[in-house]
Amino acid sequence: MEVCVCVKRVPMVGGAIALTPDGQAVDTSMSGFTVSPHEECAVEEAVRITERHGGTVTVLTLGPPEAEQQLRDMLALGAGRAVLLATDGTERGPVATAAAITAAVRDRGFDLLLFGNEAADTGGYQVPVRVAHALGLPCVTGIKRLEVTPGAGAAGRLVAGREYRGSLESFELPLPAVVSVKEGINLPRYPSLPGRLRARRASVEVLDPGPAPAEGLRTERLRVPRAPASRARVLGSGAGAVPALVRVLDDLGVLR
Amino acid sequence: MTVLCLIETEPGGASEASLRALGMAAGLAERSGEALAAAWFGPPGAVPPGDLAARGTRLGYALAPAGPGGYAPRAWARALVHLSARLPDGAGAGPVSAVMAAATDRGSEVLAHAGAITGLPVAANCVAVTRAGPGELRLTRQRWAGSLLEDAVLRASPALLTVAADAVPPADAVPPADAVPPADAVPPADAVPPADAVPPADAVRPAGAVRGAGPSRGPGAQPEAAPAPGTAESVRVQVVEQAVEAADLAVRASESEQRRDGVSLATARVVVGGGRGVGGPEGFAVLEELASLLGGAVGVSRVVTSQGWRPHNQQVGQTGTKITPDVYLACGISGAIQHMAGCQGAKTIIAVNTDPGAPIVAKADYAVIGDLHEVLPALVAALRERAGGP
Amino acid sequence: MSDIVGQAAAAAGAGPGAPARARAVIIGAGIVGNSLAYHLARLGWRDLVLVDKGPMPNPGGSTGHASNFIFPIEYSKMMMELTRDSTEQYKQLGVFTESGGIEVARTPERMTELRRRCTQARAWQIPAELLSPAQVRALVPYLDERVILGGAYFPTVGVVDSLRAGTLMREQAEGSGALTVLAGAEITGIVTDPDASRAGRFDGRTGGRVTGVRTTRGDIETDLVAICCGVWSPRLARMAGARIPLTPVVHQMISVGPIELFEKSPGEISYPIVRDVDANMYERQHGGDMEVGSYAHRPIIVDPDAIPSIEQAALSPTELPFTAEDFDPQLAQALELMPGLLGDERAGIRYAINGLISMTPDGHPVIGETPEVAGLWSVAASWIKEGPGCGRAAAEWMTGGVPEIDIHEADVSRFYPHQRTTAHVTARAREGFNKMYGIVHPAEQWESGRPLRRGPAYDRERALGAVFFETAGWERPHWYESNAALLERYEERLMRRPGEWESRWWSPIINAEHLAMRDNAGLVDLSAFAVLDITGPGALDAVQRLAVAQMDVRPGRVVYTSLLDEAGGFRGDLTIMRLGAHAFRVVTGGATGMMDAKWISDHLPDDGTATLADVTSAWTTLGLWGPKAREILARLTADDVSGQGFPFGTCRPIEAAGITVLASRISYVGELGWELYVPAEQGAALWDALWEAGQPSGLVPVGIGVYGTTGRLEKGYRAFGNELTAEYNLVEAGLARPTVKSGDFIGKAAYLAQRERPPAAVLCTLTVDDHRSASGEPRYMLGGEPVLGPDGQVLTDARGRTSYVTSAGSGPSVGKHILLAYLPAGQAREGNRLAVEYLGERYPVTVAVVGARPLFDPGNERVRA
Repeated sequence: MEVCVCVKRVPMVGGAIALTPDGQAVDTSMSGFTVSPHEECAVEEAVRITERHGGTVTVLTLGPPEAEQQLRDMLALGAGRAVLLATDGTERGPVATAAAITAAVRDRGFDLLLFGNEAADTGGYQVPVRVAHALGLPCVTGIKRLEVTPGAGAAGRLVAGREYRGSLESFELPLPAVVSVKEGINLPRYPSLPGRLRARRASVEVLDPGPAPAEGLRTERLRVPRAPASRARVLGSGAGAVPALVRVLDDLGVLR
Repeated sequence: MTVLCLIETEPGGASEASLRALGMAAGLAERSGEALAAAWFGPPGAVPPGDLAARGTRLGYALAPAGPGGYAPRAWARALVHLSARLPDGAGAGPVSAVMAAATDRGSEVLAHAGAITGLPVAANCVAVTRAGPGELRLTRQRWAGSLLEDAVLRASPALLTVAADAVPPADAVPPADAVPPADAVPPADAVPPADAVPPADAVRPAGAVRGAGPSRGPGAQPEAAPAPGTAESVRVQVVEQAVEAADLAVRASESEQRRDGVSLATARVVVGGGRGVGGPEGFAVLEELASLLGGAVGVSRVVTSQGWRPHNQQVGQTGTKITPDVYLACGISGAIQHMAGCQGAKTIIAVNTDPGAPIVAKADYAVIGDLHEVLPALVAALRERAGGP
Repeated sequence: MSDIVGQAAAAAGAGPGAPARARAVIIGAGIVGNSLAYHLARLGWRDLVLVDKGPMPNPGGSTGHASNFIFPIEYSKMMMELTRDSTEQYKQLGVFTESGGIEVARTPERMTELRRRCTQARAWQIPAELLSPAQVRALVPYLDERVILGGAYFPTVGVVDSLRAGTLMREQAEGSGALTVLAGAEITGIVTDPDASRAGRFDGRTGGRVTGVRTTRGDIETDLVAICCGVWSPRLARMAGARIPLTPVVHQMISVGPIELFEKSPGEISYPIVRDVDANMYERQHGGDMEVGSYAHRPIIVDPDAIPSIEQAALSPTELPFTAEDFDPQLAQALELMPGLLGDERAGIRYAINGLISMTPDGHPVIGETPEVAGLWSVAASWIKEGPGCGRAAAEWMTGGVPEIDIHEADVSRFYPHQRTTAHVTARAREGFNKMYGIVHPAEQWESGRPLRRGPAYDRERALGAVFFETAGWERPHWYESNAALLERYEERLMRRPGEWESRWWSPIINAEHLAMRDNAGLVDLSAFAVLDITGPGALDAVQRLAVAQMDVRPGRVVYTSLLDEAGGFRGDLTIMRLGAHAFRVVTGGATGMMDAKWISDHLPDDGTATLADVTSAWTTLGLWGPKAREILARLTADDVSGQGFPFGTCRPIEAAGITVLASRISYVGELGWELYVPAEQGAALWDALWEAGQPSGLVPVGIGVYGTTGRLEKGYRAFGNELTAEYNLVEAGLARPTVKSGDFIGKAAYLAQRERPPAAVLCTLTVDDHRSASGEPRYMLGGEPVLGPDGQVLTDARGRTSYVTSAGSGPSVGKHILLAYLPAGQAREGNRLAVEYLGERYPVTVAVVGARPLFDPGNERVRA
């Protein structure tokens, strides 16, 4: 199995996100960087697949030269190869991103392209689907359960599942295929020390993704939502608040 | 021109999320003087006409893509694209200017496919939208699961959008006089887009708060074609068969597995949440007990699942389940924005926390200041006593 | 917790409001703030308020991410004692777990260093022993002993729960009704009354007096604000116009697990903590994980203003995102030491941070009232191992007492303005970071920010090949390479040091300069003296109150005196010239100048009748000493500089080489001569004149190596900070005079009591009898070494104080290596044969002098010649 996982370098943020004064970007002067949580799970899933079925995990990212750090993080988790589509750091929209990824993976013979369901920062929910269409591959998103049966031609297939209103729906796809996964599909491992050492020594293939096509969705600015004024009524403290709490629950009609 | 909204159905009718999306679609249609249409996959009766009428929807399309039934994302997208390209019976509705869906797994997936099929952009997780001009929408969408908002202009025809359903008003919201809209469902008046582009709070909310109730008009001019709440009888539902390509049906959902036992977190009326303050895996017994007494489910914060105390399917938040219960009892949860992204759809939040300064306390409707290990056992005891014995 | 019912306050400010008034407001609920609150309450203060913007019990400061282990060994006595006291407090709170700790050596140099550490441990009575690699392995079975040459084992090393300790201390203070805690309340301002600066106050104090704080929960009136905010402290101090010289720096730490071996072991820690000091790393078991911390990475200095808010921080404000590229280069060394345990592919890096810690220019905490703003205190830059001790010392000080531990090395007022600049603080932090686990020679010099303070003769000194050491920013010649020519002349009497360690930062030229000065004369640059003028009608009373010695002397007298604290410990050691009826000039060492200035200023009368002016930069001082000093000076002046005309202990202006010079006939080297004070801009001219006039007499330039050590020790002169500390007294130091002046002075009552009882220890001069080590190489002690009795045990006096070498250096004129040490009264017998341990070996020594009598020229005939 040759598995490609696409990841995105995003700032590591806390509960509040600061913006640059012009409102055009997240202020990352105090931030570390990571990949989206869903993508960490995608890498973990890919590593598990290759651990079971053999093959290599290639991690690919479109981003600034510094995104090499995130590729190395993924190499430390068990990916074997890394490809950086190096940009000048300008954010590319989903159409442009999908185009760049499509061009980079087209002739590499991957059996499976894994993505996170959506990027933590932009949350566009569409790059994997666009890549699948461009490559003419079947695609399913939001996956939290994945079983791969490798094989040549029609024999290769996967079964992907996800929750749908409390029950499970599953999809069967022939390989090669595009799947986007969600956190919860697995509990990603932490990098081991030997893993980090290997990642440090590994080489990263750097490619030029070319110019970005224009996007139909144009960002004007970012802003931080207003914090709602507190409206909490404090019912009391400790167990002494329980009678008041029971009254509230009763008023809300949730007591049976 | 017509705003078309994809409705996801469930046994009782339209899903809550879809109705919220429809509410936002109605706001767009109303303010830009466009018609509002709804489309769903399934029989014509799958969505009660009253639900549509309450939001000023006069046109319903019950789609049935040719081929095997069940959810097939590409086929659904293809059918939706076909429908939006040419409404079978305009009934004065005109061409489709925007296609919207709730940003659920399916809604997001179908619209992504629609974008890929048409080559058009998709704006995901919108919380406000208004028309800026022909073929141009001005919108606000969530980034970072709602920690940030992006003001953007979408130039596309039709415009493809998904709606961050948990960040817009509930479908059945009856706005009381002192109600506060959910945080930033509506941009502040001083924000871009300009004030005139921003829907007033009561305009994005379904105008007819009570299902099937008579019309109530929003402020401003009411163009002829504009949707207005009507009665169930005013809704015309048409069945539309769409041919799809065989390849579009290659991926489709198989029979759903049996529903699991217990109450689904996503649809529970009551969710008892536990965070770092629970202290460890053994601390959840009292939360389980309370959830069971209230007929609810247990939800947890990300730290709990990353510590391995509880399985991920109980995680509420940005990367977990988004919940919309009547009551969310958040115990020992600080209330990081990532967590709030998953529970802001709750109608009422009650926080139990030792720290009166915790963000969750500021964001809750009610708060109990104290240790959950003291408060919850007492609450369980009180509820048992109320129910008449242990 | 009080019952809170009702509408919560806006946003995160929910909670009780602030009290209107407080005896003291403590900002910061980390280990230091909690400790301070607890000790203030214990000492009887009420109406205390503890404010933190974060939630309890972990508001997000450095305490929350500390690795929480304590090694008792420190070279600095103060740091050792603060650590010891803190450990005791942790033990009393029940949060200390003894684990033992081992520092391992990968190089021969480190093995020597570990011997030095074990020797220092003996001096401080800390259990320590050297281990072979196999012995290390026996204690730490997962360590590859082939990588190391040995280890130093400290069995009393342990780990603490610092958050729990802080919580317990805070709750005790709360429970006693003395403390109100405001969690989630942010300080938005510190209010000062700028007009409250007392007239005559030390002119560095420009910020007035604290009158209150503003918080997001309301304003609080108070006279005392204590900043215990760790890495945030500079930000808070700035609100009041003060500077706390510390900077946040990154200390990287990762936590690797699950470790199979640890899963089976009970509790938090079952194996000794390993400090892999040559790799600048440590490995510490934490439950099922191994924490690996590093001081090896590049110094990462963080601007206090760049610390994220609680809301913005991904983890906590002081747990910055881990930068793997900085840590990764050390992975190989960690794996090399613990290959099986850390190389387990199943064990992952579960937690990794760039943790923020505080660093100061000299590595010590910053405690005390800020020099700029009255009532604004700093208790900061303390690590977990010193936290409770710093809190206690600060509380003792704040409540008007004298801290039981002498913390003058941590006094926030020790820094000169240039040392409180961001540039200096960050440069020294950067330089100091990688020395954290380094082998640091006691005389090792800083490199950054130099040269800054240059005396008028600096260029001449450079031309003479001066090797400069730095004191308080001043460049001071330590010896002159131009004097290398003297080596041949004095070859027989040089005490050459073949040992590499004690030859560092030293030269035999120092001994040659010394001998040349004693034979002829030496010229010493003393620009680094701090010069403080006290003037006004109340000056005499003020000086009398400060000094032990009788200051009501006739103008023109120079008085050497100690300053005491209220408990009778040494607070200062300096000379005071009476220049006129209402004018006194205080001359003190550069290193203590700022502290002395603040101490004096704090004790000047409130009525403004005496004022203090720091005139250090206006005056420069040259020292001229030696048997030929008089003939040299006489060539430049027509004034009477004869023994009768200018007796010892007097000062007066003379005209020399066309310059008006304030000449002061005293000596710290035991020779005839003068300190010559001239306006700074005329210093170079005076140097030139003296230089020229001195040539026929064999004048040589002499460095501080002679002035501060060899000349001083031959005369048994005591030095502040070495011999004169708050832990000893005038009687023990041999400085008690036959009579005590009638007027009151600070510490008098304690001093009188000290005189009434026999001293527990007596400061003695010891000489080394045999320098040969086991290998036959002569070795020379540098100071800090334990003094052992005939039984091989470290000498301990009746008050539990151990005997250690307070100063050490050559005595070229007496042909002996000289050591000063306080000995228990029973051992203080001249001729008593004892031993000193140095680098793990014992050397015989003899008590040469008990008390202050000089070894060289005991009758002081040279000084009075």
